[in-house]
Amino acid sequence: MNVEQLKSRFKGHYDFMVAEKFLDEQFSQLQQLQDESTPDFAFEVVSLFFEDCQKIFHDLDRALEQPMVDFKTVDNNVHTLKGSSSSIGAARVTHVCIAFRSFCDEHNLEGCLRSMQELKRETALVKNQFEILFKLEQQLLAAGGSITLPVKPSPQSNDHPWFM
Amino acid sequence: MCRGYYNCLSKLCKLRYVKEDFRGFRYCEMESCNCIEPQWPADDLLMKYQYISDVFIALAYFSIPLELIYFVKRSSVFPYRWVLVQFGAFIVLCGATHFINLWTFSIHSRTVEVVMATAKILCAVVSCVTALMLVHIIPDLLSVKTRELFLKNKAAELDREMGLIRTQEETGRHVRMLTHEIRSTLDRHTILKTTLVELRRTLALEECALWMPARTGLELQLSYTLRHQNPVGCTVPIQLPVVNQVFSTNRAVKISPNSPVARPRSLSGNYMAGEVVGVRVPLLHLSNFQINNWPELSTKYALMVLMLPSDSARQWHVHELELVEVVADQRKSKLCENGHGDWVDITPRICRKFSDHERSMAGSRPVQVAVALSHAAILEESMRARDLLMEQNIALDLARREAETAVHARNDFLAVMNHEMRTPMHAIIALSSLLQETQLTPEQRLMVETILKSSNLLSTLINDVLDLSRLEDGSFQLDLGTFNLHMVFKEVVNLIKPVASVKNLMVSLTVAPDLPEYAVGDEKRLKQIILNVVGNAVKFSKEGSISVTACIPKQESFRDLGGPDFFAVPSANHFYVRVQVKDTGLGISHMDIPNLFNKFAQNHSLGGQSSGAGLGLGLAICKRFINLMEGNIWFESEGLNKGSTAIFVVKLRIADQSTYSEHQLLAEVQANHSQANFIGLKVLVMDDNGVSRMVTKGLLLHMGCDVTVVSSGKECLRIVSQEHKVIFLDVCMPEMDGYEVAVRIREIYTPHFERPLLVALLENTDKATMESCLKVGMDGVILKPFSLEKMRNVLSELLKKRFLCQAKS
Repeated sequence: MNVEQLKSRFKGHYDFMVAEKFLDEQFSQLQQLQDESTPDFAFEVVSLFFEDCQKIFHDLDRALEQPMVDFKTVDNNVHTLKGSSSSIGAARVTHVCIAFRSFCDEHNLEGCLRSMQELKRETALVKNQFEILFKLEQQLLAAGGSITLPVKPSPQSNDHPWFM
Repeated sequence: MCRGYYNCLSKLCKLRYVKEDFRGFRYCEMESCNCIEPQWPADDLLMKYQYISDVFIALAYFSIPLELIYFVKRSSVFPYRWVLVQFGAFIVLCGATHFINLWTFSIHSRTVEVVMATAKILCAVVSCVTALMLVHIIPDLLSVKTRELFLKNKAAELDREMGLIRTQEETGRHVRMLTHEIRSTLDRHTILKTTLVELRRTLALEECALWMPARTGLELQLSYTLRHQNPVGCTVPIQLPVVNQVFSTNRAVKISPNSPVARPRSLSGNYMAGEVVGVRVPLLHLSNFQINNWPELSTKYALMVLMLPSDSARQWHVHELELVEVVADQRKSKLCENGHGDWVDITPRICRKFSDHERSMAGSRPVQVAVALSHAAILEESMRARDLLMEQNIALDLARREAETAVHARNDFLAVMNHEMRTPMHAIIALSSLLQETQLTPEQRLMVETILKSSNLLSTLINDVLDLSRLEDGSFQLDLGTFNLHMVFKEVVNLIKPVASVKNLMVSLTVAPDLPEYAVGDEKRLKQIILNVVGNAVKFSKEGSISVTACIPKQESFRDLGGPDFFAVPSANHFYVRVQVKDTGLGISHMDIPNLFNKFAQNHSLGGQSSGAGLGLGLAICKRFINLMEGNIWFESEGLNKGSTAIFVVKLRIADQSTYSEHQLLAEVQANHSQANFIGLKVLVMDDNGVSRMVTKGLLLHMGCDVTVVSSGKECLRIVSQEHKVIFLDVCMPEMDGYEVAVRIREIYTPHFERPLLVALLENTDKATMESCLKVGMDGVILKPFSLEKMRNVLSELLKKRFLCQAKS
């Protein structure tokens, strides 16, 4: 498979992830920060994120099992998770975190439990997607190609506004 | 001879003996006794009756003259006294005769007979004479009777006439009073009301109504009635036959009670509506007063309708009609007299001149309802005009205030809108400038520079929208500064070149060598002017070339610099720049040249151009700027499709060497500064979220900063030092608030300009958070998740500010 095909596959998967709201523009920022000195910056950040996730899930499970649920702790953890997920651009995870936080504010245990389930599911999903994406990237880099994800589309203007 | 037992009745005869002679007559023997015995016996019944009748007759005959004398004496007028005497004598004698006759019933003496005879003779004479007299007298007496009758009739007639005159006098008085009332007020309503009320009272009418012509002139509107004070809406077309009939004559005309003009009467089951009369009332205009016979010439009439009470069987009398006509000014007033006691027609005299002398000659005032009405109408008109003027004044004042408010509002709006427009512009400018610093291919660099310059210009234009309003208010001022004049032209041409090349137009620039390199003036506006003019040249040329020349105008050519109203006055400190832009495009027709500088005026010859191409403020603004720079701009063209040339001259101040060098240094410093500001910058990041920490660190490392990361406030405060230029603080941490750290850091590093810059990392920008940031004195904020641009933006702003602060101190 040649570079172009690999590129298109990678791009295709990225677009898919963006379309499905697994990712948003923030990830492309991370991608941008990759250069010669930090070639795996994005990968490292994402890995760190998932490690954090495990820890936080563990804490959350324990907190929610308590007879007297300490919503403050739960809230803090979810807050951290929200921050992390938004930093890497995992949009869906961030959304679930926001909903989770509102349940915490209401002290709605059932809602929290439900959100917990959803969170775990989403995290697993996005992890899979990331794995695929990084594998594709590795293949591309191994084939000698490189790709820069678009940061943000710039507005095209054909008018020459100073002609009045 | 007496027979014996009859006594002689005669008093003279005392003898008792009466003898009978051979004939059988009794006679008194006594020769002295001439007694005569009546033929019949005295105790005969018939004789007795006769005797009694004679008594009465005598009595009556004697009493009649007595009565006559008595009554005649009592009455003073009796022309026939001697007839009376005669008649009296006759009666007396007749009475005497009968009286004496009483004695002849019995024996009586000869004396009595003689007396009797005498009386009879006298009586006969007198009677005959009286009878003869009466032949003359009785016709006379009869004629007296007829004369008496005649006189009685005459007296009755005079009485009647007196009554009439009195009523006329009465009505005359009423009318004079009416006049007085009418003339005493100039209020039309009072006049009309008084007229109607007085007429009604005078003539005992049931209803009085006045129909005035409506403003349209096509119908009569019921304006006043007595019963219903201000009726609404009753109108009658002016072409009704009854109306025409009344208007065509100056007499009062009887109208049928069923006609529409007699409408306002109480319909309470009357069978016999009273008679109705209508009369025209002329309405005068001011101009009519100058004409001699005014009532005939006035064209507008009102209709006055008068109704007698129903069921009264009254009829309109002539004098009542006359009165009505006089009141309506249709009849020459008979109710006035001049000094000589003649009835006179005074109306034409009055109308000629209203002099007091003539008026007094004519006597009392005429009834002039029309005049009074017209006076009132004139007054009303003038008052209405005055009210209208006042209203207009008020409206104008209001409009003026509204206009002022509108101008203020517009200015406020412009100010706000400009702010709103400037914010994104600012973003574009900032980001393009940041973009400039990234790695770009030369192509991209050129594009970015163009974007930057365009956006600079656009931002200037946005300023100009505000300026135009300020220009129009007259409160605009140029931003003077030292700038590189040659560069201005070069930049403009560079800006234009891409567009021109797309259209296959060649752009050439010639700058005269004697044109100073640096000048003092408003660089931005000058650039705008040149760009506008050159841009127009490009826009309106489909092919060919554009040539731009800049030079100093020669002294001689000052005279033909754009017309007689431009006077170029060179002075020591200033010089003029003449810029000429020549194109080979569509040209301008001579008719359109004056309109070029009008706002939004489209050039009609450009039919095929896209809409909005000719419209706009461009040239108008340019002209204003040029005027402010004490210059002039004009166009020359040979006609359509023959190209055109735009020439303008502006005045600039000669740049001082010292000001120039300072300016240049500042520019260079700024340029240097904007190039490399992040490399080696020591920054500190405090964030408890591992992932965020890592991302931020990566970002800052990418920018070339020297990054230290900490995960808690305590650690932050421990590590922070003077070397750190910027500290990023996550303000959403639970343990130690970023705010507290900020406060502590500020306390530690009190000298303002050496303190590290504090940037808050926020998750949301709600009001509370922003307020807290402001309160603790954060220098900047950045919203998570942030991008490279954002970071660069914030940092460069902060550092620029810091640099400027440092430069100033």
